Amino acid sequence: MLRFIGRRLVQMFILFILFLSIVWLLLQLMPGDITDTLIGDPNIPLATRLELAERLGLDQPLYVQYWTYITNFFQGEMGVSFSRYPQEVSAVLWEAIPRTIVLVLTGTLLAYWMGFKSGKLIAWGRGGKTEQTFIVGGIFLQTVFYPWFAIVMLWLFGFYFGWFPIGRFIDVNLWQGSGFDATDVFQQLILTSFIAVMVYVGAKVLIKRTAGNLIVQQRLQRIAALLVFAGLVAYWYFNPAREYVWDIVWHTILPVVTLGLVTFGAVMLITRTSMLETLGEDYIMTARAKGLPKRVIRDRHAARNALLPVVTSFVLAMGTVIGGAIITEQIFSWPGMGSLFLQGIVVSDIPLVAGALAITGVLTLFAHLVVDILYTILDPRIRVT
Amino acid sequence: MATKETMPGLEVEEVEVLDSEAEATAVLEELTGGHDVRAEPLWRIRLRLFRRSFAKNWGLFKESKMGLVGLAIIILFGLMAVAHPILMSTVWDPAIYDPVSGYDAVFNEYTIVEDGAVTDPTAEISLSDAKFELNPNVDVGEVVRIPVQPAPPTLGGEEGHAHLLGTDPQGRDIFSQLLYGARAAFLLGFVAAFTTVFIATTVGSVAAYYGGKLDGFLMRTADLILLMPLLPLLIVLSAAIQINMVMLGIMIGILGGFGGDAIILKSQALSIKVKAYIDAARVAGGGDGHIIFRHIVPNVVPLSLLYMMFGVTTAIALEATLSFLGLLNIQMSWGIMINTASTQGYLLSGTSYWWLLFPAGLAVSFLAFGFFVVGRGMDEVINPRLRAR
Repeated sequence: MLRFIGRRLVQMFILFILFLSIVWLLLQLMPGDITDTLIGDPNIPLATRLELAERLGLDQPLYVQYWTYITNFFQGEMGVSFSRYPQEVSAVLWEAIPRTIVLVLTGTLLAYWMGFKSGKLIAWGRGGKTEQTFIVGGIFLQTVFYPWFAIVMLWLFGFYFGWFPIGRFIDVNLWQGSGFDATDVFQQLILTSFIAVMVYVGAKVLIKRTAGNLIVQQRLQRIAALLVFAGLVAYWYFNPAREYVWDIVWHTILPVVTLGLVTFGAVMLITRTSMLETLGEDYIMTARAKGLPKRVIRDRHAARNALLPVVTSFVLAMGTVIGGAIITEQIFSWPGMGSLFLQGIVVSDIPLVAGALAITGVLTLFAHLVVDILYTILDPRIRVT
Repeated sequence: MATKETMPGLEVEEVEVLDSEAEATAVLEELTGGHDVRAEPLWRIRLRLFRRSFAKNWGLFKESKMGLVGLAIIILFGLMAVAHPILMSTVWDPAIYDPVSGYDAVFNEYTIVEDGAVTDPTAEISLSDAKFELNPNVDVGEVVRIPVQPAPPTLGGEEGHAHLLGTDPQGRDIFSQLLYGARAAFLLGFVAAFTTVFIATTVGSVAAYYGGKLDGFLMRTADLILLMPLLPLLIVLSAAIQINMVMLGIMIGILGGFGGDAIILKSQALSIKVKAYIDAARVAGGGDGHIIFRHIVPNVVPLSLLYMMFGVTTAIALEATLSFLGLLNIQMSWGIMINTASTQGYLLSGTSYWWLLFPAGLAVSFLAFGFFVVGRGMDEVINPRLRAR
């Protein structure tokens, strides 16, 4: 397993260097360089411009520039943002990355969890109106024009019903003079949620080891999930920053649900197809003949094997999810990496755009690695030696 | 000529030696009585085979109701796309109905009242607003006509023009834009789809046929392209160069076709490469190019048509998204319509200005839905496992 991960890491590194090179090439394609942005100012003499180009290393041959770019990236230097001038790109991104990750990760996990459950159920109870409705709904969610869908969601739930705030990350009026820093509170929120998830996973493994019966197991798991969730809520309820944490969560719900819904449709459809295929297998017939409870057949025999294509689909969905994150952040004014990226494009803030793209590459590759590892855990046949 | 009873070669009648081609033709004509007895031409055989397999596949496709609905949606949008130039040249006055440069003011009558006394904003206007909108000489009590944009749908009337879906914030007819957008979407969809199919089948077949280093190189490139986040990449490209509809279609086609589709089609081509008729073609002296393009590619194309359908869905959605972000160098499309509405401050107008956001948004969604569902229907034709029976 370790050797597999090691080999994968080396492959990923090579892929990442290639990706970074493509990013660099794209940047070379962008019209003009830094000195060009100053050309509009006639007061800057040519000599000064040349000096500036020399100081920025733009007079160096291209391969030197390329090498500098690559080496600087690995030292964590992504340059200084043009549009937020004195700030470094890495600092700007560092603040935005957690927000984007939370948005994407929560939305995707929610979508996969719900999508898998409902896909499993509609495949199990095949035929009938419910299935048709779910299929049409799923296809609609998958093919809906996402920006429009997000706008409608924002209008419907944020404006018409007024249940959720209209975009943004926090309510500035509330936070003013509170003494809390939104980024710090958000990081604490992430940390506690992460711990809660880990505790739940630990409990789940423990339950699986001890409880023999699947139905008892599922019941215990549900109780464990409830307990962990109650613990998380209780922790923040007695925290001085209670009101502010709730503000962040309240702002997070609508974008996460919107992003999740689109993925949900696709996951449900894939699960249904994969589940139908699995249900036609001989071992399902055997399980039925043995007289096993229906739920055991469905959840343990069929669903576990149906999970594999769903996990594969995650890799292919990555691109869509990243695109979706950019749109979501734009429409919900969510101050994450996607909106930074778009702002950077609009004002030609090349270092910021490059940094955001490169980080996106890192995150995508990381997600690929996680899926690969998951894959080997799920399917013993491809478990590497 | 040998008689039927005798074995050929054993008993030979008198053989006449012909001197020229003309003489040979004359003899042939005499023998056949002027009828064309040559074998049926190849294209006709192919057409007949195609017709037969088409009828069989259509029968399978018909089973999927969703596929038929999708086909109906596509045909409807196709008719819309065809209708636009016809309407523009016959019924519609280009000065008013042109999707990009048309303008029509729809007037509303307002009574001027004192500042702060406006009770019904659809029929009354305050004095200061009226002075600002019209001229400083107006006074309380006058009835004035002010153009309203965006105007709600009207069927026209004595003086006005019909705007079936109203006008946008710049006084342009939404229905005309919608029809024009259908044209743009089809153009993009077909360019993207054909590029995808061309690239995916070529790369897939070549990689499968040659194998070895070339295969490795092509497949690793495909992996890398698969890794690329499509939307951010296109956003960066659109900032660097002016992208129009055809270029965008080709770009999406290359990125889509060289990525996942090439990998899928390669596995299909691999299963064809080992068939006996490929060996037969090689033994008969067929070259690499001949085998790839006459034997492997035609067998891969049906599967690639399926991915073409899904490719159209992606292309339409990507174009609309990029236009919505205002990054493309095109004049009018469904995405641009939504972009116009949102940049002019109607992002959260919802149902009160429904004709700004809903027709365009639903058009993109439905056309993508149509292609996707047809793709699913075709999937059932190609993949027997998915069929209901």
